[in-house]
Amino acid sequence: MLLREFSAWMLRYRRTWRSTIVVSVANPLLFLLAIGAGLGRLVAPEALDGMTYLEFFAPGMLAAAAMQNAYIESAFRVNGALRRDRSYVVAAATPLEPRDIMAGHLLFITFRIASSALAFAVVMVAFGASRSPMVVLTVPAALLTGLAFATPLAAWAVTVEKFGTLNAVFRFVLMPMYLLSGTFFTLDSLPAWLHTAAYALPLWHGVDLCRTLSLGTATLAGSLVHVAYLGAFAAGGVAVALVTYRRHLHY
Amino acid sequence: MDDGETPLIDAKGLVKEYPARDRPGGVFRAVAGLDFQVGRGEAFGFLGPNGAGKSSTMRMLGCVSPPTAGTLRILGMDPARDGRLIRARLGVVPQEDALDVELTVRENLLMYGNYFGIPRRVVKERAARLLEFAQLEEKAGDRVEALSGGMRRRLTIARSLVNEPDVLLLDEPTTGLDPQARHVLWDRLFRLKQQGVTLLLTTHYMDEAEQLCDRLVVMDKGLIADEGSPRELIERHSTREVLELRFRLDEQDQATGKVRAVTGAREGERVEVLPDRLMVYTPDGEAALAAVTAAGLAPVTALVRRSTLEDVFLRLTGRSLTD
Repeated sequence: MLLREFSAWMLRYRRTWRSTIVVSVANPLLFLLAIGAGLGRLVAPEALDGMTYLEFFAPGMLAAAAMQNAYIESAFRVNGALRRDRSYVVAAATPLEPRDIMAGHLLFITFRIASSALAFAVVMVAFGASRSPMVVLTVPAALLTGLAFATPLAAWAVTVEKFGTLNAVFRFVLMPMYLLSGTFFTLDSLPAWLHTAAYALPLWHGVDLCRTLSLGTATLAGSLVHVAYLGAFAAGGVAVALVTYRRHLHY
Repeated sequence: MDDGETPLIDAKGLVKEYPARDRPGGVFRAVAGLDFQVGRGEAFGFLGPNGAGKSSTMRMLGCVSPPTAGTLRILGMDPARDGRLIRARLGVVPQEDALDVELTVRENLLMYGNYFGIPRRVVKERAARLLEFAQLEEKAGDRVEALSGGMRRRLTIARSLVNEPDVLLLDEPTTGLDPQARHVLWDRLFRLKQQGVTLLLTTHYMDEAEQLCDRLVVMDKGLIADEGSPRELIERHSTREVLELRFRLDEQDQATGKVRAVTGAREGERVEVLPDRLMVYTPDGEAALAAVTAAGLAPVTALVRRSTLEDVFLRLTGRSLTD
Protein backbone atom coordinates (compact mmCIF):
# COMPACT_ATOMS: atom_id res chain seq x y z
CA MET A 1 0.00 0.00 0.00
CA LEU A 2 2.76 2.45 0.89
CA LEU A 3 4.33 1.79 -2.51
CA ARG A 4 1.20 3.18 -4.15
CA GLU A 5 1.69 6.48 -2.36
CA PHE A 6 5.40 6.38 -3.13
CA SER A 7 4.82 5.86 -6.84
CA ALA A 8 2.30 8.71 -6.89
CA TRP A 9 5.05 11.01 -5.59
CA MET A 10 7.49 9.62 -8.13
CA LEU A 11 5.05 10.26 -10.95
CA ARG A 12 4.70 13.86 -9.81
CA TYR A 13 8.47 14.10 -9.42
CA ARG A 14 8.99 13.13 -13.05
CA ARG A 15 7.29 16.41 -13.92
CA THR A 16 9.05 18.63 -11.43
CA TRP A 17 12.55 17.23 -10.86
CA ARG A 18 14.25 19.94 -12.94
CA SER A 19 13.15 22.74 -10.65
CA THR A 20 13.91 20.80 -7.47
CA ILE A 21 17.47 20.12 -8.58
CA VAL A 22 18.21 23.84 -8.31
CA VAL A 23 17.18 24.01 -4.67
CA SER A 24 18.39 20.65 -3.44
CA VAL A 25 21.66 20.25 -5.34
CA ALA A 26 22.72 23.43 -7.11
CA ASN A 27 22.31 25.74 -4.11
CA PRO A 28 24.42 23.64 -1.71
CA LEU A 29 27.04 23.26 -4.42
CA LEU A 30 27.19 27.02 -4.91
CA PHE A 31 27.73 27.34 -1.17
CA LEU A 32 30.47 24.73 -1.40
CA LEU A 33 32.25 26.70 -4.12
CA ALA A 34 31.72 30.20 -2.79
CA ILE A 35 32.49 29.53 0.85
CA GLY A 36 34.53 26.36 0.80
CA ALA A 37 36.79 27.11 -2.14
CA GLY A 38 36.49 30.90 -2.28
CA LEU A 39 36.19 32.33 1.21
CA GLY A 40 38.00 29.29 2.61
CA ARG A 41 41.30 30.39 1.03
CA LEU A 42 41.44 33.13 3.61
CA VAL A 43 41.51 30.54 6.41
CA ALA A 44 45.00 29.28 7.17
CA PRO A 45 45.24 25.46 7.50
CA GLU A 46 47.06 25.98 10.82
CA ALA A 47 43.80 27.23 12.30
CA LEU A 48 42.16 23.87 11.47
CA ASP A 49 44.81 21.37 12.55
CA GLY A 50 46.30 21.24 9.08
CA MET A 51 43.17 20.64 7.00
CA THR A 52 41.98 23.06 4.36
CA TYR A 53 38.77 24.98 5.02
CA LEU A 54 37.17 23.19 2.08
CA GLU A 55 37.90 19.82 3.70
CA PHE A 56 36.39 21.11 6.94
CA PHE A 57 33.38 22.80 5.44
CA ALA A 58 32.24 20.41 2.67
CA PRO A 59 31.05 17.47 4.85
CA GLY A 60 29.39 19.93 7.23
CA MET A 61 27.53 21.45 4.30
CA LEU A 62 26.51 17.96 3.17
CA ALA A 63 24.77 17.38 6.51
CA ALA A 64 23.27 20.87 6.63
CA ALA A 65 21.95 20.52 3.06
CA ALA A 66 20.30 17.23 4.06
CA MET A 67 18.53 19.06 6.87
CA GLN A 68 17.41 21.83 4.55
CA ASN A 69 16.15 19.35 1.97
CA ALA A 70 14.32 17.53 4.73
CA TYR A 71 12.57 20.77 5.62
CA ILE A 72 11.52 21.51 2.06
CA GLU A 73 10.52 17.95 1.18
CA SER A 74 8.87 17.17 4.48
CA ALA A 75 7.52 20.20 6.32
CA PHE A 76 6.44 22.25 3.31
CA ARG A 77 5.25 19.41 1.12
CA VAL A 78 3.43 17.49 3.85
CA ASN A 79 1.51 20.60 4.80
CA GLY A 80 0.81 21.44 1.17
CA ALA A 81 -0.38 17.90 0.47
CA LEU A 82 -3.01 18.26 3.18
CA ARG A 83 -4.03 21.91 2.87
CA ARG A 84 -3.05 23.28 -0.54
CA ASP A 85 -3.03 20.76 -3.37
CA ARG A 86 -4.83 18.23 -1.13
CA SER A 87 -3.23 15.14 -2.60
CA TYR A 88 -3.36 13.53 0.86
CA VAL A 89 -7.11 14.05 0.97
CA VAL A 90 -7.45 12.39 -2.42
CA ALA A 91 -5.29 9.44 -1.39
CA ALA A 92 -7.23 9.07 1.88
CA ALA A 93 -10.43 8.46 -0.11
CA THR A 94 -8.85 5.34 -1.66
CA PRO A 95 -7.96 2.07 0.09
CA LEU A 96 -4.86 3.75 1.57
CA GLU A 97 -4.83 4.26 5.33
CA PRO A 98 -3.19 7.35 6.86
CA ARG A 99 -0.20 5.25 7.85
CA ASP A 100 0.27 4.13 4.22
CA ILE A 101 0.19 7.74 3.08
CA MET A 102 2.74 8.67 5.73
CA ALA A 103 5.07 5.76 5.00
CA GLY A 104 4.85 6.20 1.23
CA HIS A 105 5.63 9.88 1.46
CA LEU A 106 8.52 9.30 3.87
CA LEU A 107 9.91 6.75 1.44
CA PHE A 108 9.82 9.37 -1.29
CA ILE A 109 11.48 11.90 1.06
CA THR A 110 14.17 9.28 1.75
CA PHE A 111 14.76 9.01 -1.97
CA ARG A 112 15.00 12.77 -2.36
CA ILE A 113 17.41 13.32 0.52
CA ALA A 114 19.57 10.35 -0.49
CA SER A 115 19.81 11.31 -4.15
CA SER A 116 20.69 14.92 -3.32
CA ALA A 117 23.29 13.78 -0.77
CA LEU A 118 24.80 11.41 -3.30
CA ALA A 119 25.10 14.15 -5.92
CA PHE A 120 26.71 16.46 -3.37
CA ALA A 121 29.15 13.80 -2.14
CA VAL A 122 30.27 13.00 -5.68
CA VAL A 123 31.12 16.65 -6.32
CA MET A 124 32.77 16.93 -2.92
CA VAL A 125 35.09 14.06 -3.77
CA ALA A 126 35.74 15.44 -7.26
CA PHE A 127 36.88 18.70 -5.67
CA GLY A 128 39.32 16.80 -3.48
CA ALA A 129 37.49 17.89 -0.36
CA SER A 130 37.67 14.47 1.25
CA ARG A 131 40.60 12.62 2.79
CA SER A 132 39.29 9.13 3.44
CA PRO A 133 37.57 6.28 1.54
CA MET A 134 35.09 6.33 4.43
CA VAL A 135 33.58 9.27 2.55
CA VAL A 136 31.21 6.76 0.90
CA LEU A 137 29.55 6.43 4.31
CA THR A 138 28.76 10.14 4.38
CA VAL A 139 25.81 9.51 2.02
CA PRO A 140 23.91 7.24 4.45
CA ALA A 141 25.08 9.51 7.29
CA ALA A 142 23.61 12.56 5.55
CA LEU A 143 20.45 10.59 4.81
CA LEU A 144 20.08 9.70 8.48
CA THR A 145 20.64 13.36 9.38
CA GLY A 146 17.91 14.33 6.93
CA LEU A 147 15.49 11.73 8.29
CA ALA A 148 16.15 12.83 11.88
CA PHE A 149 14.50 16.06 10.75
CA ALA A 150 12.09 14.79 8.10
CA THR A 151 10.02 12.45 10.28
CA PRO A 152 9.39 14.80 13.24
CA LEU A 153 8.75 17.62 10.76
CA ALA A 154 6.20 15.50 8.85
CA ALA A 155 4.51 14.57 12.14
CA TRP A 156 4.25 18.24 13.01
CA ALA A 157 3.53 19.74 9.58
CA VAL A 158 0.41 17.61 9.09
CA THR A 159 -1.09 19.40 12.11
CA VAL A 160 -0.16 22.95 11.06
CA GLU A 161 -3.04 25.10 9.82
CA LYS A 162 -1.22 28.25 8.75
CA PHE A 163 1.52 28.19 6.17
CA GLY A 164 3.19 31.13 7.90
CA THR A 165 3.96 28.93 10.91
CA LEU A 166 6.16 26.75 8.71
CA ASN A 167 8.14 29.76 7.49
CA ALA A 168 8.58 31.07 11.01
CA VAL A 169 10.00 27.78 12.27
CA PHE A 170 12.31 27.63 9.27
CA ARG A 171 13.66 31.09 10.03
CA PHE A 172 13.83 30.97 13.80
CA VAL A 173 14.67 27.32 14.48
CA LEU A 174 16.28 25.80 11.42
CA MET A 175 18.44 28.73 10.39
CA PRO A 176 20.06 29.26 13.83
CA MET A 177 20.70 25.52 13.97
CA TYR A 178 22.28 25.78 10.54
CA LEU A 179 24.69 28.37 11.85
CA LEU A 180 25.40 26.97 15.32
CA SER A 181 25.94 23.30 14.57
CA GLY A 182 29.54 23.58 13.47
CA THR A 183 28.78 23.73 9.78
CA PHE A 184 30.76 26.89 9.09
CA PHE A 185 33.12 27.00 12.10
CA THR A 186 34.21 24.70 14.92
CA LEU A 187 32.18 24.74 18.10
CA ASP A 188 35.36 25.80 19.96
CA SER A 189 34.78 29.28 18.57
CA LEU A 190 31.49 29.53 20.48
CA PRO A 191 31.12 30.72 24.09
CA ALA A 192 31.30 27.78 26.48
CA TRP A 193 27.58 27.64 27.36
CA LEU A 194 26.56 27.72 23.68
CA HIS A 195 29.20 25.12 22.92
CA THR A 196 27.60 22.68 25.34
CA ALA A 197 24.10 23.49 24.13
CA ALA A 198 25.15 22.77 20.54
CA TYR A 199 25.81 19.13 21.46
CA ALA A 200 22.08 18.71 21.91
CA LEU A 201 21.35 19.86 18.36
CA PRO A 202 20.71 16.92 16.06
CA LEU A 203 22.37 18.78 13.22
CA TRP A 204 25.65 18.95 15.14
CA HIS A 205 25.61 15.15 15.37
CA GLY A 206 25.00 14.93 11.64
CA VAL A 207 27.73 17.43 10.85
CA ASP A 208 30.27 15.75 13.10
CA LEU A 209 29.38 12.29 11.78
CA CYS A 210 29.79 13.36 8.14
CA ARG A 211 32.93 15.38 8.87
CA THR A 212 34.79 12.66 10.78
CA LEU A 213 33.87 10.12 8.09
CA SER A 214 35.10 12.40 5.32
CA LEU A 215 38.33 13.25 7.14
CA GLY A 216 38.92 9.65 8.20
CA THR A 217 39.02 10.57 11.90
CA ALA A 218 35.75 8.80 12.80
CA THR A 219 35.79 6.45 15.77
CA LEU A 220 33.33 3.58 16.06
CA ALA A 221 32.08 4.66 19.48
CA GLY A 222 31.70 8.30 18.50
CA SER A 223 29.91 7.41 15.28
CA LEU A 224 27.56 5.06 17.04
CA VAL A 225 26.56 7.79 19.47
CA HIS A 226 25.77 10.07 16.54
CA VAL A 227 23.83 7.36 14.72
CA ALA A 228 21.87 6.48 17.85
CA TYR A 229 21.03 10.13 18.54
CA LEU A 230 19.88 10.79 14.98
CA GLY A 231 18.13 7.43 14.77
CA ALA A 232 16.14 8.24 17.93
CA PHE A 233 14.87 11.45 16.34
CA ALA A 234 13.92 9.64 13.13
CA ALA A 235 12.17 6.79 14.96
CA GLY A 236 10.45 9.15 17.40
CA GLY A 237 9.20 11.18 14.45
CA VAL A 238 7.63 8.12 12.83
CA ALA A 239 5.94 7.14 16.08
CA VAL A 240 4.37 10.58 16.48
CA ALA A 241 3.50 10.82 12.76
CA LEU A 242 1.48 7.59 13.00
CA VAL A 243 -0.80 9.39 15.46
CA THR A 244 -0.92 12.84 13.87
CA TYR A 245 -1.53 11.50 10.37
CA ARG A 246 -4.48 9.44 11.58
CA ARG A 247 -5.93 12.38 13.52
CA HIS A 248 -5.64 14.81 10.65
CA LEU A 249 -6.60 12.55 7.74
CA HIS A 250 -9.37 10.61 9.49
CA TYR A 251 -10.90 13.29 11.66
CA MET B 1 -35.74 0.20 -0.89
CA ASP B 2 -39.06 -1.43 -1.58
CA ASP B 3 -37.75 -4.81 -2.64
CA GLY B 4 -36.63 -5.78 0.86
CA GLU B 5 -33.01 -6.54 -0.04
CA THR B 6 -30.26 -5.41 2.32
CA PRO B 7 -29.60 -1.71 1.89
CA LEU B 8 -26.27 -0.65 0.38
CA ILE B 9 -25.98 1.96 3.08
CA ASP B 10 -27.62 1.73 6.47
CA ALA B 11 -27.21 4.48 9.07
CA LYS B 12 -28.80 4.44 12.51
CA GLY B 13 -28.47 7.24 15.04
CA LEU B 14 -25.39 8.58 13.26
CA VAL B 15 -23.67 11.33 15.26
CA LYS B 16 -20.53 13.34 14.55
CA GLU B 17 -18.99 15.69 17.07
CA TYR B 18 -15.85 17.77 16.74
CA PRO B 19 -13.96 19.64 19.43
CA ALA B 20 -15.42 23.15 19.48
CA ARG B 21 -13.03 25.77 18.18
CA ASP B 22 -14.39 28.63 20.22
CA ARG B 23 -14.88 26.78 23.54
CA PRO B 24 -11.93 24.79 24.90
CA GLY B 25 -13.15 21.38 26.03
CA GLY B 26 -16.54 21.89 24.36
CA VAL B 27 -17.92 19.91 21.46
CA PHE B 28 -19.60 20.95 18.26
CA ARG B 29 -22.30 18.57 17.05
CA ALA B 30 -22.13 18.62 13.24
CA VAL B 31 -24.42 15.60 12.83
CA ALA B 32 -26.93 15.05 15.60
CA GLY B 33 -28.47 11.63 14.90
CA LEU B 34 -29.29 10.50 11.37
CA ASP B 35 -31.26 7.45 10.28
CA PHE B 36 -31.38 6.62 6.60
CA GLN B 37 -31.02 3.78 4.16
CA VAL B 38 -29.98 3.77 0.54
CA GLY B 39 -30.69 0.92 -1.82
CA ARG B 40 -28.78 -0.28 -4.87
CA GLY B 41 -29.14 1.96 -7.91
CA GLU B 42 -30.79 4.78 -6.01
CA ALA B 43 -29.87 8.43 -6.37
CA PHE B 44 -30.05 9.77 -2.85
CA GLY B 45 -29.61 13.40 -1.90
CA PHE B 46 -28.73 15.38 1.21
CA LEU B 47 -30.26 18.80 0.83
CA GLY B 48 -29.57 21.63 3.17
CA PRO B 49 -27.85 24.95 3.75
CA ASN B 50 -24.18 25.37 4.63
CA GLY B 51 -23.50 24.00 8.09
CA ALA B 52 -26.39 21.51 8.02
CA GLY B 53 -23.97 18.59 8.45
CA LYS B 54 -23.99 17.35 4.84
CA SER B 55 -20.23 17.27 4.36
CA SER B 56 -19.62 15.66 7.73
CA THR B 57 -22.09 12.96 6.75
CA MET B 58 -20.33 12.46 3.43
CA ARG B 59 -16.98 12.12 5.18
CA MET B 60 -18.39 9.40 7.42
CA LEU B 61 -19.83 7.62 4.40
CA GLY B 62 -16.45 7.93 2.69
CA CYS B 63 -14.86 6.09 5.66
CA VAL B 64 -12.46 8.94 6.43
CA SER B 65 -14.28 10.10 9.54
CA PRO B 66 -15.19 7.72 12.36
CA PRO B 67 -18.74 8.37 13.66
CA THR B 68 -18.91 9.62 17.26
CA ALA B 69 -21.99 7.47 17.88
CA GLY B 70 -24.52 5.35 16.05
CA THR B 71 -24.07 2.51 13.61
CA LEU B 72 -23.10 2.72 9.98
CA ARG B 73 -22.99 -0.15 7.50
CA ILE B 74 -21.77 0.40 3.98
CA LEU B 75 -21.99 -2.47 1.47
CA GLY B 76 -22.73 -4.63 4.50
CA MET B 77 -19.43 -3.72 6.16
CA ASP B 78 -18.43 -1.67 9.18
CA PRO B 79 -16.25 1.36 8.33
CA ALA B 80 -14.45 1.10 11.66
CA ARG B 81 -13.17 -2.36 10.75
CA ASP B 82 -13.25 -2.56 6.98
CA GLY B 83 -12.62 1.03 5.89
CA ARG B 84 -10.02 -0.08 3.39
CA LEU B 85 -12.31 -2.63 1.74
CA ILE B 86 -15.23 -0.24 1.60
CA ARG B 87 -13.19 2.61 0.14
CA ALA B 88 -11.97 0.24 -2.57
CA ARG B 89 -15.57 0.11 -3.80
CA LEU B 90 -16.47 3.77 -3.40
CA GLY B 91 -16.01 6.65 -5.81
CA VAL B 92 -15.51 10.01 -4.17
CA VAL B 93 -16.00 13.43 -5.77
CA PRO B 94 -14.86 15.91 -3.14
CA GLN B 95 -16.07 19.48 -2.90
CA GLU B 96 -12.71 20.73 -4.10
CA ASP B 97 -11.37 18.93 -7.15
CA ALA B 98 -7.84 18.41 -5.74
CA LEU B 99 -6.50 17.34 -9.11
CA ASP B 100 -2.79 17.27 -9.80
CA VAL B 101 -2.53 20.44 -11.85
CA GLU B 102 1.00 19.76 -13.01
CA LEU B 103 0.08 16.38 -14.47
CA THR B 104 -1.90 15.81 -17.62
CA VAL B 105 -5.54 14.85 -17.69
CA ARG B 106 -4.71 11.22 -18.51
CA GLU B 107 -1.93 11.04 -15.91
CA ASN B 108 -4.38 12.11 -13.23
CA LEU B 109 -6.51 9.07 -14.04
CA LEU B 110 -3.52 6.72 -14.18
CA MET B 111 -2.26 7.94 -10.84
CA TYR B 112 -5.65 7.46 -9.21
CA GLY B 113 -5.94 3.92 -10.59
CA ASN B 114 -2.56 3.21 -9.03
CA TYR B 115 -3.97 4.05 -5.57
CA PHE B 116 -6.43 1.20 -6.04
CA GLY B 117 -3.76 -1.20 -7.21
CA ILE B 118 -5.43 -1.64 -10.58
CA PRO B 119 -3.01 -3.01 -13.19
CA ARG B 120 -1.69 -0.27 -15.46
CA ARG B 121 -3.00 -1.91 -18.62
CA VAL B 122 -6.52 -2.02 -17.19
CA VAL B 123 -6.36 1.59 -15.98
CA LYS B 124 -5.27 2.70 -19.44
CA GLU B 125 -8.27 1.02 -21.04
CA ARG B 126 -10.62 2.51 -18.47
CA ALA B 127 -9.01 5.95 -18.77
CA ALA B 128 -9.73 5.99 -22.49
CA ARG B 129 -13.39 5.15 -21.87
CA LEU B 130 -13.71 7.62 -19.00
CA LEU B 131 -12.18 10.45 -20.99
CA GLU B 132 -14.78 9.83 -23.63
CA PHE B 133 -17.51 9.78 -20.99
CA ALA B 134 -16.24 13.04 -19.50
CA GLN B 135 -15.91 14.58 -22.97
CA LEU B 136 -12.24 15.24 -22.38
CA GLU B 137 -10.66 13.08 -25.10
CA GLU B 138 -9.14 16.07 -26.83
CA LYS B 139 -7.66 17.31 -23.58
CA ALA B 140 -6.12 13.97 -22.59
CA GLY B 141 -2.54 15.17 -23.05
CA ASP B 142 -3.07 18.67 -21.63
CA ARG B 143 -2.03 19.68 -18.18
CA VAL B 144 -4.91 20.17 -15.77
CA GLU B 145 -3.72 23.76 -15.24
CA ALA B 146 -5.17 24.64 -18.65
CA LEU B 147 -8.66 23.25 -17.93
CA SER B 148 -11.80 25.25 -17.16
CA GLY B 149 -13.74 24.74 -13.95
CA GLY B 150 -16.36 22.60 -15.65
CA MET B 151 -13.74 20.40 -17.32
CA ARG B 152 -11.92 19.93 -14.03
CA ARG B 153 -15.15 18.87 -12.41
CA ARG B 154 -15.81 16.32 -15.15
CA LEU B 155 -12.27 15.02 -14.77
CA THR B 156 -12.82 14.67 -11.03
CA ILE B 157 -15.92 12.61 -11.72
CA ALA B 158 -14.04 10.52 -14.29
CA ARG B 159 -11.32 9.99 -11.69
CA SER B 160 -13.82 8.79 -9.12
CA LEU B 161 -15.00 6.12 -11.58
CA VAL B 162 -11.58 4.57 -12.24
CA ASN B 163 -12.19 1.76 -9.74
CA GLU B 164 -15.69 1.11 -11.15
CA PRO B 165 -17.32 1.92 -7.81
CA ASP B 166 -20.59 0.49 -6.49
CA VAL B 167 -21.40 3.79 -4.82
CA LEU B 168 -20.51 7.30 -5.93
CA LEU B 169 -20.32 10.04 -3.27
CA LEU B 170 -20.60 13.56 -4.65
CA ASP B 171 -20.16 16.53 -2.33
CA GLU B 172 -21.77 19.58 -3.94
CA PRO B 173 -20.90 18.42 -7.46
CA THR B 174 -21.86 21.60 -9.30
CA THR B 175 -21.15 24.36 -6.78
CA GLY B 176 -19.27 27.20 -8.43
CA LEU B 177 -20.01 26.15 -12.02
CA ASP B 178 -21.79 28.28 -14.58
CA PRO B 179 -25.28 27.15 -15.67
CA GLN B 180 -24.11 25.55 -18.90
CA ALA B 181 -21.37 23.53 -17.20
CA ARG B 182 -23.89 22.43 -14.57
CA HIS B 183 -26.24 21.08 -17.22
CA VAL B 184 -23.43 19.13 -18.91
CA LEU B 185 -22.53 17.64 -15.55
CA TRP B 186 -26.12 16.75 -14.70
CA ASP B 187 -26.37 14.97 -18.02
CA ARG B 188 -23.27 12.88 -17.19
CA LEU B 189 -24.55 12.05 -13.71
CA PHE B 190 -27.92 11.09 -15.13
CA ARG B 191 -26.20 8.65 -17.48
CA LEU B 192 -24.35 7.09 -14.56
CA LYS B 193 -27.61 6.69 -12.73
CA GLN B 194 -29.10 4.94 -15.75
CA GLN B 195 -26.12 2.59 -15.79
CA GLY B 196 -27.16 1.55 -12.29
CA VAL B 197 -24.51 3.40 -10.25
CA THR B 198 -25.77 4.31 -6.80
CA LEU B 199 -25.39 8.05 -6.31
CA LEU B 200 -25.22 9.90 -3.01
CA LEU B 201 -24.96 13.62 -3.31
CA THR B 202 -25.12 16.73 -1.21
CA THR B 203 -26.38 19.94 -2.64
CA HIS B 204 -27.90 23.23 -1.70
CA TYR B 205 -29.36 23.63 -5.17
CA MET B 206 -33.03 22.75 -5.31
CA ASP B 207 -33.06 22.20 -9.05
CA GLU B 208 -30.13 19.83 -8.75
CA ALA B 209 -31.90 17.74 -6.15
CA GLU B 210 -35.10 17.67 -8.23
CA GLN B 211 -33.22 16.69 -11.39
CA LEU B 212 -31.06 13.95 -9.95
CA CYS B 213 -32.49 12.50 -6.75
CA ASP B 214 -34.97 9.64 -6.51
CA ARG B 215 -35.14 10.27 -2.80
CA LEU B 216 -33.67 12.85 -0.50
CA VAL B 217 -33.46 14.04 3.03
CA VAL B 218 -33.78 17.67 3.98
CA MET B 219 -31.14 18.41 6.60
CA ASP B 220 -31.07 21.22 9.07
CA LYS B 221 -28.73 21.69 12.05
CA GLY B 222 -27.39 18.15 11.85
CA LEU B 223 -30.81 16.50 11.76
CA ILE B 224 -33.15 15.16 9.10
CA ALA B 225 -36.16 17.43 8.83
CA ASP B 226 -37.97 15.09 6.42
CA GLU B 227 -37.36 12.41 3.84
CA GLY B 228 -38.99 11.40 0.57
CA SER B 229 -38.96 11.81 -3.18
CA PRO B 230 -38.89 15.41 -4.42
CA ARG B 231 -42.53 14.99 -5.52
CA GLU B 232 -43.61 13.56 -2.17
CA LEU B 233 -41.89 16.28 -0.21
CA ILE B 234 -43.48 18.97 -2.30
CA GLU B 235 -46.92 17.41 -1.93
CA ARG B 236 -46.45 16.97 1.80
CA HIS B 237 -45.17 20.41 2.62
CA SER B 238 -46.29 22.70 -0.13
CA THR B 239 -49.12 23.39 -2.52
CA ARG B 240 -49.24 22.70 -6.22
CA GLU B 241 -48.53 26.30 -7.16
CA VAL B 242 -47.00 29.39 -5.67
CA LEU B 243 -47.89 32.99 -6.36
CA GLU B 244 -45.00 35.34 -5.70
CA LEU B 245 -45.96 38.96 -5.18
CA ARG B 246 -43.67 41.94 -4.91
CA PHE B 247 -44.93 45.26 -3.68
CA ARG B 248 -43.23 48.63 -3.29
CA LEU B 249 -41.36 48.29 -0.02
CA ASP B 250 -43.35 51.04 1.71
CA GLU B 251 -46.57 49.30 0.71
CA GLN B 252 -45.62 45.73 1.60
CA ASP B 253 -46.86 45.82 5.22
CA GLN B 254 -50.22 47.18 4.26
CA ALA B 255 -50.52 44.83 1.30
CA THR B 256 -49.64 41.83 3.41
CA GLY B 257 -52.73 42.26 5.54
CA LYS B 258 -54.96 42.57 2.51
CA VAL B 259 -53.42 39.58 0.73
CA ARG B 260 -53.93 37.50 3.85
CA ALA B 261 -57.53 38.61 4.03
CA VAL B 262 -58.20 37.73 0.39
CA THR B 263 -56.31 34.47 0.03
CA GLY B 264 -55.64 33.11 3.49
CA ALA B 265 -59.28 32.41 4.07
CA ARG B 266 -59.59 30.25 0.99
CA GLU B 267 -59.26 26.49 1.01
CA GLY B 268 -55.65 25.24 1.14
CA GLU B 269 -54.02 28.62 0.82
CA ARG B 270 -51.31 30.07 3.01
CA VAL B 271 -49.17 33.22 2.93
CA GLU B 272 -45.46 33.43 3.78
CA VAL B 273 -43.81 36.81 4.22
CA LEU B 274 -40.21 37.18 3.04
CA PRO B 275 -38.27 40.41 3.43
CA ASP B 276 -38.71 41.32 -0.24
CA ARG B 277 -41.83 39.45 -1.32
CA LEU B 278 -44.98 37.56 -0.37
CA MET B 279 -45.47 33.93 -1.25
CA VAL B 280 -49.01 32.68 -1.59
CA TYR B 281 -49.16 28.89 -1.46
CA THR B 282 -52.19 27.82 -3.39
CA PRO B 283 -53.62 25.00 -5.50
CA ASP B 284 -54.40 27.55 -8.24
CA GLY B 285 -52.03 30.47 -8.70
CA GLU B 286 -54.00 32.24 -11.41
CA ALA B 287 -57.16 32.21 -9.32
CA ALA B 288 -55.27 33.58 -6.32
CA LEU B 289 -53.78 36.34 -8.47
CA ALA B 290 -57.22 37.20 -9.82
CA ALA B 291 -58.50 37.47 -6.23
CA VAL B 292 -55.60 39.75 -5.29
CA THR B 293 -56.17 42.12 -8.21
CA ALA B 294 -59.94 42.03 -7.66
CA ALA B 295 -59.26 43.32 -4.13
CA GLY B 296 -57.66 46.41 -5.68
CA LEU B 297 -54.05 45.48 -4.92
CA ALA B 298 -51.42 46.39 -7.48
CA PRO B 299 -48.24 44.34 -7.02
CA VAL B 300 -45.10 45.54 -8.83
CA THR B 301 -44.52 41.99 -10.08
CA ALA B 302 -46.59 38.82 -9.83
CA LEU B 303 -45.33 35.37 -10.74
CA VAL B 304 -47.21 32.09 -10.73
CA ARG B 305 -44.96 29.04 -10.60
CA ARG B 306 -44.97 25.41 -9.55
CA SER B 307 -43.85 24.54 -6.04
CA THR B 308 -40.21 23.51 -5.68
CA LEU B 309 -38.06 21.95 -2.99
CA GLU B 310 -37.10 25.49 -2.04
CA ASP B 311 -40.64 25.93 -0.75
CA VAL B 312 -40.39 22.66 1.12
CA PHE B 313 -37.22 23.82 2.75
CA LEU B 314 -38.74 27.13 3.70
CA ARG B 315 -41.69 25.34 5.24
CA LEU B 316 -39.58 22.81 7.12
CA THR B 317 -36.97 25.13 8.54
CA GLY B 318 -38.58 28.55 8.40
CA ARG B 319 -35.58 29.78 6.47
CA SER B 320 -34.76 30.33 2.84
CA LEU B 321 -31.92 28.19 1.51
CA THR B 322 -30.23 30.99 -0.32
CA ASP B 323 -29.93 33.28 2.73
